[in-house]
Amino acid sequence: MAAESGKIDPMHQFEVTPLGGGFNLGGHEVLFTNSALWMVIAAITLGIFMWGGMRRKLIPGRWQVAVEGFTGFISSMMTANIGTEGRKYTPYVFSLFMFILFCNLLGMLPLGVVGVHPFTVTSHIAITGVLALISFAIVLVVGFWRHGLHFFSLFVPHGTPLPMIPIIAPIEFVSFMVRPFSLGLRLFVAMTAGHVLLKVLSGFVINGFNAETLWLGSIVSVLSFILMIGISALELLVAGIQAYVFALLTSLYINDAVNLH
Amino acid sequence: MPQIAQLTADNWYLASQLFWLLVVFAGIYVVIGRGMLPKIEATVDARDRKVADDLAAAKAAHAAADGLEETYRQQSDASRAAAQKAVADAKGKAARDAEKRLAKVDAELGDKLTAAETEIATARKSAMAEIESVAAEAASDLVAKLSGAKVVAADAKAAVKAVLHG
Repeated sequence: MAAESGKIDPMHQFEVTPLGGGFNLGGHEVLFTNSALWMVIAAITLGIFMWGGMRRKLIPGRWQVAVEGFTGFISSMMTANIGTEGRKYTPYVFSLFMFILFCNLLGMLPLGVVGVHPFTVTSHIAITGVLALISFAIVLVVGFWRHGLHFFSLFVPHGTPLPMIPIIAPIEFVSFMVRPFSLGLRLFVAMTAGHVLLKVLSGFVINGFNAETLWLGSIVSVLSFILMIGISALELLVAGIQAYVFALLTSLYINDAVNLH
Repeated sequence: MPQIAQLTADNWYLASQLFWLLVVFAGIYVVIGRGMLPKIEATVDARDRKVADDLAAAKAAHAAADGLEETYRQQSDASRAAAQKAVADAKGKAARDAEKRLAKVDAELGDKLTAAETEIATARKSAMAEIESVAAEAASDLVAKLSGAKVVAADAKAAVKAVLHG
């Protein structure tokens, strides 16, 4: 935190800092950053979590039940939204859901108290945007692969009266093209806003105790701290919900590509 | 805002962000999505199938038990009916036998009765005859003792007969 003259910069947490290990890739220098570190941590944590559910026992233990709960949640969502064909896309949506969920939750860890700055990978539009573009690309590839040019009938909903088609089709097209942006932006904004809010409130807590009129500042600090507890709980909820929304919308978009309307 | 800055300016870390994201996400997709997830799903599917099979087996066993109970009930009903029939037959036979025996005994008794009656009648007749002769003798004796007259036996007999038979 850049605590110059008592000021705490709530945007500092989103800074990407190099940790070394640079090499050149097509004219761009690629460095191992704190962002990459937290992605790797999320991947390793996820791997350990999944590994605990790999005992494949008939009567599962607690850990296995937890892992199977996640896999069952995603695969039932896929079959509910797409049908039996949805199971083909479960690995992708499951990877997406778990990666986003773990990045969200790891970014929420209160590691600041031991001097480590957690980095919320999903608070960067470059990350969420790429994930959204991957989903969108899968929709396009699957749609044109399965339906060919017939995929364009997606822009004409069932039962549209003929004279309405010239008006409806552009609207549908725009709403279709907006999908990757709204998908990526939603997650990025939710994460960024939540973390900024938490950092602003924690700045209030610190500045309140450092205030010249200590009794007034203490009141502000205590109230802010109570508010932070509530908002942290809310942010944990948001972390789960945003991962779910991303996976759900991806599955719905894939459904459009697989089944058209 | 570092998130926006990396998109607008010619930023140093956008390339590293994208590179590491693709590396990590591809790793997650291959190892976890393609490697671990199908195994876990297979475990769940196998368990679901086992549960369904066990339930079906339990249902079949239940149905078999029901069938068994039904046949047992039918058998027990049939045997009970047979037993009742046998009892009824035996009763009827016993009743008929008893009737037959009774009739036979009855007839024998009737025969005996009639024989006895005839015997009694002959005995009575002979007894009556004896009484008549005895009475006639007694009467002639009495007459002789009282009056000294001798009564002819035939007269005494006629007199006694008249008294006895009114």
